[in-house]
Amino acid sequence: MGWVHTEQATEKKKGIKTLWVRCKNCQSFVFENEWKSNLNVCPLCNHHGSMTSEERIGLLFDRGTFSELFQKIRPVDSLGFNDLKGSYANKIITTTKKSGINEAVITGTGEIHGAKVVIAIMDFRFLGGSLGSATGEKILQAALYALKHRFPYIILSASGGARMQEGVLSLMQMAKTCAGIALLNKENIPFISILTNPTTGGVTASYAMMGDLNIAEPGAVIGFAGRRVIEQTIGEKLPDDFQTAEYLLEHGFVDRIVNRGEMKDFIGQVLRFYNQPK
Amino acid sequence: MSAKKTEHTPWDIVKISRHSERPVFQDYIRLCFTEFTELHGDRYYADDKAIVGGFARIDKEPVMLIGQYKGKNTEEQIYRNFGMARPEGYRKALRLMRLAERFNIPVITVIDTPGAFPGMHAEERGQAESIAKNITEMATIRVPIVCVVVGEGGSGGALGIGVGDRILMLSNAIYSVISPEGCASILWRDAQYAPQAAEALNLTAEALLKLEVIDEIITEPGEGAHTNYEKTAADVKKALLKNLSKLKKYNTKKLLKNRFEKFAHMGKFA
Repeated sequence: MGWVHTEQATEKKKGIKTLWVRCKNCQSFVFENEWKSNLNVCPLCNHHGSMTSEERIGLLFDRGTFSELFQKIRPVDSLGFNDLKGSYANKIITTTKKSGINEAVITGTGEIHGAKVVIAIMDFRFLGGSLGSATGEKILQAALYALKHRFPYIILSASGGARMQEGVLSLMQMAKTCAGIALLNKENIPFISILTNPTTGGVTASYAMMGDLNIAEPGAVIGFAGRRVIEQTIGEKLPDDFQTAEYLLEHGFVDRIVNRGEMKDFIGQVLRFYNQPK
Repeated sequence: MSAKKTEHTPWDIVKISRHSERPVFQDYIRLCFTEFTELHGDRYYADDKAIVGGFARIDKEPVMLIGQYKGKNTEEQIYRNFGMARPEGYRKALRLMRLAERFNIPVITVIDTPGAFPGMHAEERGQAESIAKNITEMATIRVPIVCVVVGEGGSGGALGIGVGDRILMLSNAIYSVISPEGCASILWRDAQYAPQAAEALNLTAEALLKLEVIDEIITEPGEGAHTNYEKTAADVKKALLKNLSKLKKYNTKKLLKNRFEKFAHMGKFA
């Protein structure tokens, strides 16, 4: 990686300082400092670049209020899954080392403009944010924690879908996490789903679509089946804006599209509506 | 558990599960149930042809029967969209389950689908939302739900009618997060590796019983269900009746608590 890197390559090699970021959408070069201070959003075209879970915590929570929960829950290669690139067990080790996180979701509690919430933040760096058994367990445990303390629950999704290397166990995490959401619904605990780029497959077809409020970042790809699969099925090209946040808003599946820089204030504002005395 | 050790590889079983002469939902309706009154439509948009449901009787017991309808010949398969439901199918299924709940009628779902339909309009009308909603709502439907996978349990499309108190599976049925071909083309970069992917995915009834994803295997006669419809259907019926009568013993609170715990315990992690 030289003095320019695309937004995707956020990891810097030691000693090599990158100065510029290239926007994946408009291809413009942006000073890295400017990119970072603009929350990884392109100042020229408003393209929302990827963000790590740590960056998300800084973005959403009042300073110093976040504390992590369930960080000890980790993935295991329960099927002994091997593909061309080797074993899933090995992939877990290398991904953990590379990303510095041990699952595709960080769960915890903190305050947003003074309001206590429980959150699950998915992180695309860990196996494409895929939903595996440990991911599902953390998301369910966080839901139960929210239930117990009657705090609103927020899940921020960034995921390619179910984690194939765990076979049908990953599929079952859709049912497992939604069973938790069903309990929140029953007990009238607010649940907000934030959809970021990308939110696809089994994650979309479970908790990500089940928010009382579904809030998306601009331009986020959100869908169930993959674009190429659909193009092969129907034998034609899909519209450019297919499966974008804007497309979903138009078709009635998200409540609002909120710019990253305004997300915290927006959440804080809607949470105030939930405090009405009975 | 009475399933015999088969010498079939997972890929052989994938092929049997898709066998052109394998009994499909319409055969089970005819052979396991004495009455079936189909009910149509999701009340929002259309009547999906890939998911069929209605009032039925098994022996004398009234049930709400819902399943994926695959079709027997090319014409019927096209009409039924090869058992691949659109959002309307999932919404119809949920409507019927809610109806059953109001009148205390148990629900039986019969799963046999390659997956939810990957189409532009299906996406537009909320394929993901319709499946998500069913999975969520089925967790708290206040009547017994027994699901039986009779052929292909294709990912979210199967799970969309697959959350219940008991999950049964025929011995040559499969249940998977992704088709072996799809998995091979992503992780092996070539669909030709589908047999390897089938092996790795642990998609057979035997593997899934070990992983505690399913509760019971219904052993198929002879070389598979397609060799003896009557025996297969009789065994499916027996298993359904046995499980329904067991579930009836629980009060609603206990039933829902058990169902929650069943799914809450799914998965392996450290």
